[in-house]
Amino acid sequence: MENRSNAVLLSVLFFGIALLYLPILVLIGFSFNASPLVNVWGGFSTTWYTQLLHNRQLLEAALLSLEVAVTASSGAVVLGTLAAIALVRFARFRGRLLLTGMVNAPLVMPEIITGITQLLLFVSMMQLFAWPHRGFTTIVISHVTFCTAYVTITVQSRLQSADRSLEEAAMDLGAGPARAFLEITLPIIAPAIISSWLLCFTLSLDDLVISSFVAGPGASTLPMVIYSKVKLGVSPDVNALASLIVCGVGVCVIVAGWLMARSDRRRALEVQLAGR
Amino acid sequence: MKTTWGSGRWLIILPPLIFLTVFFLIPFAFAFKISFAEAAPRVPPFTDVISFTADHHLRLAVSLGNYRYLLTDEVYGVAYLYSLRTAFFSTLICLLLGYPMAYAIARSPKSAQGLLLLVIMLPFWTSFLLRVYALEGIIRDNGFLNTILLHLGLISHPLRIMRTSLAVYLGIIYSYLPFMVLPLFATLEKLDTTLLEAAADLGSTPRRAFLDITLPLSVPGMIAGSMLVFIPAVGEFVIPSLLGGPNNLMIGRVLWDEFFGNHDWPVASAVAIAFLLLLAGPIAIYQYYNVRQLEA
Repeated sequence: MENRSNAVLLSVLFFGIALLYLPILVLIGFSFNASPLVNVWGGFSTTWYTQLLHNRQLLEAALLSLEVAVTASSGAVVLGTLAAIALVRFARFRGRLLLTGMVNAPLVMPEIITGITQLLLFVSMMQLFAWPHRGFTTIVISHVTFCTAYVTITVQSRLQSADRSLEEAAMDLGAGPARAFLEITLPIIAPAIISSWLLCFTLSLDDLVISSFVAGPGASTLPMVIYSKVKLGVSPDVNALASLIVCGVGVCVIVAGWLMARSDRRRALEVQLAGR
Repeated sequence: MKTTWGSGRWLIILPPLIFLTVFFLIPFAFAFKISFAEAAPRVPPFTDVISFTADHHLRLAVSLGNYRYLLTDEVYGVAYLYSLRTAFFSTLICLLLGYPMAYAIARSPKSAQGLLLLVIMLPFWTSFLLRVYALEGIIRDNGFLNTILLHLGLISHPLRIMRTSLAVYLGIIYSYLPFMVLPLFATLEKLDTTLLEAAADLGSTPRRAFLDITLPLSVPGMIAGSMLVFIPAVGEFVIPSLLGGPNNLMIGRVLWDEFFGNHDWPVASAVAIAFLLLLAGPIAIYQYYNVRQLEA
């Protein structure tokens, strides 16, 4: 009974994992297909990859997306870390409930609602203050908004499990709370901050719906260009581009996961040593 | 000495609080306001709801026309119901598939858990748009699945999956499965195994112990995971747009078409506000369980 149920569980697990990975692997496989026909294998070729280098529209969109992703994830990391510190360290303050709600809601809010409401805000602000012009600025602001939520959640759980006694010891020895935080706690939560930067980077690079609403005419991010190409049907150069992005993002995520796991192990070791 | 942050703490609290209030909360007020406007051929393309007359009097021009339109035009009712139904059944299937997966990970040795979680997490962070596109490559009429099945002689005509409801279901399950597995794993991992040992000592069968102990204790994870799948799935745009046919009208797609196709911003705002009211319940449930889990 025990063994049989274990076997069932494991087969469901591997079925689920296969379901998640099969489409991506097939996509990567076909990106090396020499034939432009999507269902016929015409031999191995890297034509589609070299073609990407000559597509100006794609390259410009990719550049814009990268700029947005770097700016937005840096902004989100600062705001998200501040929000996490506020929520973990200050048990009671005015607006705590509001802040809790606002860092959790973007995680489930359908993108299409966030997109349209933010666009209406930007348009109204433009009427009132003649700022912000739709384009790079508005895309960055929107991305910071939803990325902040992910940073807060990640850093919050790390801060909660961080040992406060070191920080308190520093304060007993005369360090101010800000200094104690910067020198003691910040290094402890640094892996969480770095890995959430990487995750924000991938989220920003991927966003289609919100960007489409707030970008305005003229600015197109990479997902917007890909979407319009995909709408027209499957094409081999999109396969090549998709494979590149999937692999790039995969590396970011694996590095982020590895950083977190390494610091977990290191901390466990320190706790063990300190206990001796 | 602990609370010497003093007024300096507002330097920490205020930046995220102000930013999110201005750019996440206040936009809803603008959408609410504009949902009472009328479309007009100008920039931006709607009439003023609140304005000042020449002699500095406040003037309100509230039109309920958009909401009346939502109630009378069948498309919206049909789209809301179709979205709710699709999201509900996709969530259910994700739960049935995701629960055993999360349970298997929670029971595997600690050394394997990290790797398995990373394997589940990886698609979760990988481009959503590109994964939907990749799925299209599998289920297309001349796609991978049909090519294999035809080759094996299991079918004589290609299966028609693209542009049907089935494609939309497959798309949502494929895209959102990790959102179900991760919170379920988080609750199952925390489960106190001594309870199960006690049940076994008292003569309970593994099946009984699972039904009486594990299942009830994992309800918070089931709810958190279900909400993480259900709420975004109701508003899904990319999946019905790329995989669905003309009949698979989900509300996100209707809103998109109203906005980008008809350029009717006020109606699109009204659709968004009505949609938000519909989701207020599920979002509140999610917040409640999420806050409780974070503070536990």
